[in-house]
Amino acid sequence: MTATLEKADDQKPSSSWKDRSELGICALLAVLGVLVLVDAIRIPTDFAQRGPVGPKAVPILVGGLLLLTAALLVRDVLRGGRGEAEGGEDIDLTAPSDWRTVLLLSASFLANAALIGVVGFPISGAILFWGAAYALGSRNFVRDPLIAAALSIVTFVLFNNLLGVPLPGGPLMEVL
Amino acid sequence: MDSFTQLIDGFGTALTPLHLLLAAVGVLLGTFIGVLPGIGPAMAVALLLPVTYGLDPTAALIMFAGIYYGGMFGGSTTSILLNTPGETAAVMTAIEGNQMAKRGRGAQALAAAAMGHFVGAMIGTIGLVLLAPVIAGLAVDIGAPDYFAIMVLAFIAVTSVLGSSRVRGFASLLIGLTIGLIGLDEMTGQARLTFGSLELADGIDIVIVAVGLFAVGESLWIASRLRHNTDEPIPVGRPWLSRDDLKRTWKPWLRGPLIGFPFGAIPAGGAEIPTFLSYVTEKRLSKHKEEWGSGAIEGVAGPESTASASASGTLVTMLTLGLPTTATAAVMLAAFQQYGLQPGPQLFERESTLVWGLIASLFIGTLLLLVLNLPLAPVWAKLLKIPRPYLYAGILFFASVGAYAVSGQVMDLILLFVIGVLGFAMRRYGLPILPAIIGVILGPAAELQMRRALQLSDGSFAGLVNTAFSVTVYAIVLVILLWPVVRRFTKKPEHERQPVG
Repeated sequence: MTATLEKADDQKPSSSWKDRSELGICALLAVLGVLVLVDAIRIPTDFAQRGPVGPKAVPILVGGLLLLTAALLVRDVLRGGRGEAEGGEDIDLTAPSDWRTVLLLSASFLANAALIGVVGFPISGAILFWGAAYALGSRNFVRDPLIAAALSIVTFVLFNNLLGVPLPGGPLMEVL
Repeated sequence: MDSFTQLIDGFGTALTPLHLLLAAVGVLLGTFIGVLPGIGPAMAVALLLPVTYGLDPTAALIMFAGIYYGGMFGGSTTSILLNTPGETAAVMTAIEGNQMAKRGRGAQALAAAAMGHFVGAMIGTIGLVLLAPVIAGLAVDIGAPDYFAIMVLAFIAVTSVLGSSRVRGFASLLIGLTIGLIGLDEMTGQARLTFGSLELADGIDIVIVAVGLFAVGESLWIASRLRHNTDEPIPVGRPWLSRDDLKRTWKPWLRGPLIGFPFGAIPAGGAEIPTFLSYVTEKRLSKHKEEWGSGAIEGVAGPESTASASASGTLVTMLTLGLPTTATAAVMLAAFQQYGLQPGPQLFERESTLVWGLIASLFIGTLLLLVLNLPLAPVWAKLLKIPRPYLYAGILFFASVGAYAVSGQVMDLILLFVIGVLGFAMRRYGLPILPAIIGVILGPAAELQMRRALQLSDGSFAGLVNTAFSVTVYAIVLVILLWPVVRRFTKKPEHERQPVG
């Protein structure tokens, strides 16, 4: 269990919650483990079982291992191990997390899910693209919506009419 | 000679005008998406899955072959001109390639990479033609315990060999296995982890998981730490090589596949280790040692050829055993499953037209890649200037299109988001993505094989180890698992862990 240490750890007091936010992942694993175990126990096995190993065995194994891994990860984090955040071409690992951008981005994404059945893909897709571009810092109020509208109408026609992948047109496409 | 005639038949399938057009479109689309900064080949392939939904399986997989090689190739352009490898296979290329570009030899670096890709993929695909039917023939006889053993090996290999932290690798694998459990049990029809929801009874579609973890997770993660002063890509002309460059590159091109193909073909593969080995080998053999670190062309030619041959090697295990060893291969496997095809030894017998058509189109795709991409390189380079808000908004947009196209349900978009948030958290806390995706794909199959094996042995665990093959595989698993323990005794302990506080 090789622990990866981040440079910043030495400067900060290691007891702060922010520094140990990785324990949240341990909690997630533990909750998942309990969920899998509880769900596995309620599976009825008295009927429909074929062979010596029923539908319960693997979930119980996975659930148990989830709890074990959660415990091991807690031990690793408390001993100072830190997961190495993934780097990338557009990622600035020294910057603090920008939650406003993430929330705006999530909102545009979920807006598409909520609206796609009501107003159709050409409109909801455009909202998604414009909203996401806005969230990420694009502020061109002429070009952004134009690109969003063009992209989502072209995509709709391309998939729905050319590639044979149906998307909901909504009222807009009924008018056209 | 049997596989040779089948390959000729395969070319017959692949060379129809429609299929040729689809292969060309696939190569262009794959390169287009792969070149975009921030998009690695796995994400490129996952995002382009829905494009093929409306096609019949043969046509779709031929297009997919083009997308696969195109996406792999696109990444090398990004790493050379931006010094930002989109995936582990391109890390080694970026070292020398970007130095060459900075010294005004970007055109030569791109040409060395493109030719390296061509040579590596050609030799690798020939290796695939020779090796795959042999392995498929051998694997037809292996039974449930052997399959289960191979899958256990795959699980252990992705969590222990790759990545820096084992416990995080296992956590990721278990998350994947849990997602794989959702739905009706294949053998008894019992609902597991569905919480009474009808949409979950069919399980979560693998495309949703792949697009969610790769595209949505990545976009959210990048959005939280977006770099606002992005590096300017280095402008580049049409790629070409001088006679002197050719003299220095032909040997690395040919050596690459020797290293890459075997590494790709073993279930613990990936391109990380072979590209590193190729880099080191070329450095040692180079007559121009003084240039290393400041743009040696061998350092581009060797690793690129290695990476693409290793991608072909990955297809051997993927097609014959149904085992994906890289994220990109995992998404390819998902594409097969989308069409109700199960890669494995039977695939070569049952779907021989399709498989050989696919292999033939790998050759065609490789050739098209070279013919189309050398002249188009300056155009691709311009794509690197795309404003980041549009890029990531576009990724989320097409991720939604892809997820919705799977079955036309809003529920899938919500699942996509939830899995995306999971992918975000995993990136933030250093949980590797690959074990999760392997867990989702192989988990259900592994369970099925294990239960079959135990059924045959009436529940006795001896049923899992009753063949020489499975015992050998478990021995390898044990060696991988015990490796750190062995190392702890041979190395000084303070290198292993430094507890803080």
